[in-house]
Amino acid sequence: MEELRSKHLLGIQDLTREEIELIFNTADNFKEVINRPIKKVPSLRDITIANVFFENSTRTRLSFELAEKRLSADVVNFSSSGSSVKKGETLLDTVNNILAMKVDMVVMRHASPGAPHFLARNIQANVVNAGDGTHEHPTQALLDTFSIRSKFGGVEGKKVAIIGDILHSRVALSNIFALNKLGAEVMVCGPATLLPKHIKSLGVKVTLDLREALEWCEVANVLRIQLERQQVKYFPSLREYSLYYGINKQLLDSLNKPITIMHPGPINRGVELNSDVADSEHSIILEQVENGVAVRMAVLYLLASKVK
Amino acid sequence: MEQKKLIINPQLLDVTLSRLCHQLLENHDRFEDTVLLGLQPRGIFLANRIRRKLEQILSKEIPLGYLDTTFHRDDFRRRTAPLKANTTYVPFLIEDKKVILIDDVLYTGRTIRAALDAMITFGRPRTVELLVLINRKYTRHLPIEPDYIGKAVNTLDSQRVLVEWQEQGAEDSVWLTTKQDR
Repeated sequence: MEELRSKHLLGIQDLTREEIELIFNTADNFKEVINRPIKKVPSLRDITIANVFFENSTRTRLSFELAEKRLSADVVNFSSSGSSVKKGETLLDTVNNILAMKVDMVVMRHASPGAPHFLARNIQANVVNAGDGTHEHPTQALLDTFSIRSKFGGVEGKKVAIIGDILHSRVALSNIFALNKLGAEVMVCGPATLLPKHIKSLGVKVTLDLREALEWCEVANVLRIQLERQQVKYFPSLREYSLYYGINKQLLDSLNKPITIMHPGPINRGVELNSDVADSEHSIILEQVENGVAVRMAVLYLLASKVK
Repeated sequence: MEQKKLIINPQLLDVTLSRLCHQLLENHDRFEDTVLLGLQPRGIFLANRIRRKLEQILSKEIPLGYLDTTFHRDDFRRRTAPLKANTTYVPFLIEDKKVILIDDVLYTGRTIRAALDAMITFGRPRTVELLVLINRKYTRHLPIEPDYIGKAVNTLDSQRVLVEWQEQGAEDSVWLTTKQDR
């Protein structure tokens, strides 16, 4: 595999295993680049990228911006707070105005599932999905699986548990797609109210019991409770959630094996993860962040070769 | 149809490599501050050989790195597929070192231009020299000339120079191939 088939990255669902591996192999090279004294290459010097964020973000946005800058692309940033979106401008109008300023690629985060797909159908520029509602967050899943590959040398056959608010998590869905394609086994774990009804149809194991999930898995990808997407109460209280689904050192020590802990961030310390786990030697949370820049550089590099 | 002409055979290649090593020794003495940088993907075979010979002569370790130029090339997006990168491995500081860039064939000079760019992301070398096994004459697009030359050849743009190494499962040899229209 020499190149990606599409000029957009909208979701992991559209990628083949070979395409994911191409992104990983390219990311290996960029990981070396970002560890040099001068962490910058000129590949994308004639490309302009707009980061269009209609939803809050720290990590993803910074990570994309750093990736773009380390590839020498020109970058413009847009966030909906403080913009004309508040004055009633439509998504397409907003983006078309940005594109009129000769932008080649758009990295977009939006609260509505499918927003980047709509954009990709309607504009010339390449679109990268940086999270669309509860649907997909492809670059997060790529960096998560890339981190597993870095730690274990491969993803095939690994047992990965995804724990927490599966229902509202685009990270969970993209991770399930990516892990399935790469041949890993996946188990999801959370309170019944936060597990989607037909989640089994994606070929994953399901459990309500945190201990069972931890005893089964080698890697636990722990998710945040997405209170901002919950219009009704799905569980009695955060305290009760933490008692049943929070991971602490005592619990991990009681298992007879080490488990690698991942988290896409932001962490709610003391809810889904205790500090003694988040900061332990089994946690690769900060490696995930480092890998995120390399993986996003790889995605942008491979897609930019399709800019006309 | 492709016509293949042998321009360096295994025996001659060994003699040529020995000569290049001795030329390097003339200028770099004990290799105190000198490092070798082989260019990916094909220059690393030559670089490995040169290093092995130098180490035999000097009985000491010579630092060698591999440099990939992919992300510094000037033809990104001018090709249909994205360029595929190779490993860069520079296990030493380049700052204030005498660097010898090593590649198998010098043609347009664009790879070397990219390599100079890629190299300075690791620091500012004191001097940089270029060693090539084959110097294709009159084909340069840029003002770049080698300091150490295995063999200079006159070639047409339609011809290709193919360097084969034992490490790749072939015999050490250099071929000039010509595409023939029928």
